[in-house]
Amino acid sequence: MDIKDIIAPFAVWKRAFEKPFTVRKPIDERPGAPRYRGFHINDADTCVGCGTCESICMNKAIDLVPVEGRSPSGGDSGLRPRVDYGRCCWCALCVDICPSGSLGMSNEYLWIDSDPEVFRYVPGVDPKPWDGAELGYRRAEGYRLLDMERVPMPELSHAEGVKSFLELVKGYSREQAEREADRCVACGVCVASCPAHMDIPGYINAVRGGDLETGLRLLYETNPFPEACGRICTRACESACAIGSGGDPVAIRWLKRYIADQVELADYGKSLPRAESATGRKVAVVGAGPGGLSAAYYLALLGHKVTVFEKDEAPGGMLRYGIPEYRLPYPALDKDVDYIRSLGVEIRHGATVGKDPALAKLREDFDAVYLSTGLPSAYRLDVPGDEHPRVLDGVAVLAAATRGEELGLGRRVAVVGGGNVAMDAARTALRRGCEVDIVYRRRQVDMPADPEEIREAKAEGARLIERAIPLRVEDSGDGGARFVWNEAEMVQKEPGKRPVPEPIPGAVVTERYDSIIAAIGQGPELSYITEADGVEVRRMKPVTDRTGRTSVPTVFAGGDLVNEKKDAISAIADGHRAARAIDRILGGRGD
Amino acid sequence: MSRPKTPYVAPEERAVPDLDSGKYLVMWQGPNHPGITGNMSLRLVIEGDSVVDCETHVGYLHRGFEKLMERRLWMQNFPLVCRIAVPEPDFNEYCYAAALEELAGIEVPDKAVWLRTLSLEMIRLASFLMWIGGQAGAFGHGTIAQWSVTMRDYVLDLFEELSGGRIYHMYIIPGGVRADVPPGFLRHVLETMTVVEQNLKDIELVMFHNAVMKMRAVGLGYIPPDWVDRYGITGPNARAAGFKRDLRKDRGYLAYPRLSFEPVVGAESDAFERARLRLAEMFQGIDLIRQIVDFLPSEGPFRERLPNPLHWKIPAGETYVAAECTRGEYGFYVVSDGGDKPRRVAVRGPSYTHAVSVMERLVRGVNIADVAGLMVSLHTYPPEIER
Ligand SMILES: Cc1cc2nc3c(=O)[nH]c(=O)nc-3n(C[C@H](O)[C@H](O)[C@H](O)COP(=O)(O)OP(=O)(O)OC[C@H]3O[C@@H](n4cnc5c(N)ncnc54)[C@H](O)[C@@H]3O)c2cc1C
Ligand code: SF4
Repeated sequence: MDIKDIIAPFAVWKRAFEKPFTVRKPIDERPGAPRYRGFHINDADTCVGCGTCESICMNKAIDLVPVEGRSPSGGDSGLRPRVDYGRCCWCALCVDICPSGSLGMSNEYLWIDSDPEVFRYVPGVDPKPWDGAELGYRRAEGYRLLDMERVPMPELSHAEGVKSFLELVKGYSREQAEREADRCVACGVCVASCPAHMDIPGYINAVRGGDLETGLRLLYETNPFPEACGRICTRACESACAIGSGGDPVAIRWLKRYIADQVELADYGKSLPRAESATGRKVAVVGAGPGGLSAAYYLALLGHKVTVFEKDEAPGGMLRYGIPEYRLPYPALDKDVDYIRSLGVEIRHGATVGKDPALAKLREDFDAVYLSTGLPSAYRLDVPGDEHPRVLDGVAVLAAATRGEELGLGRRVAVVGGGNVAMDAARTALRRGCEVDIVYRRRQVDMPADPEEIREAKAEGARLIERAIPLRVEDSGDGGARFVWNEAEMVQKEPGKRPVPEPIPGAVVTERYDSIIAAIGQGPELSYITEADGVEVRRMKPVTDRTGRTSVPTVFAGGDLVNEKKDAISAIADGHRAARAIDRILGGRGD
Repeated sequence: MSRPKTPYVAPEERAVPDLDSGKYLVMWQGPNHPGITGNMSLRLVIEGDSVVDCETHVGYLHRGFEKLMERRLWMQNFPLVCRIAVPEPDFNEYCYAAALEELAGIEVPDKAVWLRTLSLEMIRLASFLMWIGGQAGAFGHGTIAQWSVTMRDYVLDLFEELSGGRIYHMYIIPGGVRADVPPGFLRHVLETMTVVEQNLKDIELVMFHNAVMKMRAVGLGYIPPDWVDRYGITGPNARAAGFKRDLRKDRGYLAYPRLSFEPVVGAESDAFERARLRLAEMFQGIDLIRQIVDFLPSEGPFRERLPNPLHWKIPAGETYVAAECTRGEYGFYVVSDGGDKPRRVAVRGPSYTHAVSVMERLVRGVNIADVAGLMVSLHTYPPEIER
């Protein structure tokens, strides 16, 4: 020990004259760092209430709760996360995982209250001083816990696709399907938006786990057309998908197709239920479209004897005679139908109800009748000259294509309309080597067709003529027809309503076409319902209650004939609902 | 050369004092231990003012982490593990993440490797700063604790800036780290290092050239070198006994093989030597942080994409990942049965050995006034004893 050891410690005294490190009132003088993980904030309008934050929180600090002024709607559960600061550890995993990116944290960290209850609050809904804070923890750029990009689907190129009717979408491989299924957070927001309320998280989970038998069973619980719907469904679920709130929605439709594609028809029986015993009751179904056959499937499962009356030579309705085979190949549709048939459902082809047999006869011979006759007749263009022989009906053209008939469209074709039928007709014509103009009265954004369909039709070479109001059809004198339309501009007539096309005076265009295909909508064919049947019809629709029951207690109706959505899955849901209701009137429990 | 104050007691020789003789007093130190080391207690048997026997008691802090982890998804454990050793959460984060990455076959981007190294060195410094205050305080120098805790707070400011949290950083996430450095951060790091370095020099002057410190710490808690392997002593406690062992060198994980440093080794193996050695490691740590700031890549990803954390399954297997923390070898043994949660996690903290087995033996013959100083000289964190 030397003298330094005695003296050196006194060096501490030099600090006595320095400014102290400590501050007297740190409480309101020190803001948290810009990244500070302070109190939660939530942009309640961006939030979709998916509850992924709740799933990841290891402390169970988050509960999804109903909040005033929000109700469930497509893609929004109507719930919002409530955080419990008695549990939260401020890890911000909830912020990291939030699909919509609505959740964040402010850099506020002081909150003093004597009431412990207040520390459980709904960020963004219960007002707080830190609402809208600029600073605080946010998910860093380039950092995500979830994969927001969809696994790309192998598809034929447009150049390749337009040459034939081969299916465009090739389907996922196992590895691709499992990777896509991994993106799902199983929030279930999609379920509410699906007309059939399919157990989407359930079957996606089955894909992820490689358990396709369970997957198939879950599909068939609500939908006996997985092959078809896995290809052509309008997929309201994907618009609702929470992942879609911040990236590409999960490819729910293609995962459904993956399950159905992977399981051989011969193996369906291993996972799907069968009727335990026959009830001895008989039900007639009119129309072998997806709606009629779904009703038939669920009725057969409940033990009833089902006979389907179908005027066409093959089953499937518009799935076969409307949708072209490059979107839905016939073997896929056949697989769905064959399984339904295998339950003992009898389909009588060439049986046009109204001619032979009459509806009255069915009511007499069967305990109940389900009507699902769809919308078979196309609307006319409703302009002078629309009876010209070169003006064709879109659904008839598609049906002829299905039957493999020569279409005789000529070289230049106009397709009038903006819906899916128009796109299908246009792309069918392209595949038959025609030059195609799609003529629509409004703008592309206003078209009711699936945007993907529009994009593809254009990519395959169709020319889109927007804002064209048909005026008349004239004979061109050389075997074709002249189509005359007036160019229009979009006018906002009433605020909040969608703008309407107004003809621009003098801007009249005439084009010569070999064929003009009208695809502006279809209507029902109800002549088979006679007054004596007593089925009340209003505005060309049988009047039904929520279960599909008409004014005649044993007659039910559904599908395109009745519902507003006019897509396959809604027809399927109608069929299922009606089957349960019919079961109840036949003495069953309807499950 | 050894300079023990207390006579050597072979580990197996444990005198059992006759408590009924009236010669002894049983005294509990803790569970709120004066050496800021957390909740544990020492049951001391005193004769006069020296300790005859000691039994360590843990159990005041058991939170059941290892068990809890078996019920949480792999990713959900990420915010949990940091709590195992409160003053040095980052080693838990690193070991857990690295174990998962090894089992799942994930390669972490280079930038994340550097950022992980940076945060481990920053927390090493912060943890030593907390320790040195405790060590000085235990020998009667409250002032030094005032300084060092402030310095630690400056380092925690850096963590707050980097990760959004001061104590629990939750920055090293499986796959990489959670964010790149914010703007201006590296400059703040260097500025803080200058301040801390200056303060450490002051501390060195007043603490290590200090008659009281020398009288009390020299010779206190001598660890014979043959105890090192016998008890699994690691870290500064082993290095002060002359063992050149440092996992950063020996296992060469993270960016350490790319940094230039030599393990600090001592010889005297007493409380004073250990303190000096740790001080040297603090200066070395500052140097390492400066090197890391130099090397840190400015571009590139900081995290590898992992599967959806809600469904992530890790292939069956087991691994042990260890890192050199301030107290020695810190390790995670992780077993996966192929599911979405760990089958078993066991945490190896150096404090178990140091605070229980070694402490019980070292404390015999020590003056009760020096028990706290001795305990702190082993630098133990009871929270990591009780997982
Ligand atoms: C071109 C086109 C493309 C489409 N694309 C899609 C799509 O991509 N996605 C989608 O979800 N939906 C699409 N749809 C709609 C979908 O096809 C229908 O919503 C669905 O087929 C309706 O099912 P349904 O059972 O109600 O009627 P339909 O499928 O129309 O079936 C009705 C059946 O009843 C038969 N029938 C009619 N009258 C009688 C009678 N008197 N006696 C006996 N049988 C009779 C018909 O022959 C037909 O088989 C498309 C429709 C068309 C026309
Ligand atoms: S910050 Fe962490 S603990 Fe708190 S609510 Fe979010 S996920 Fe749960």
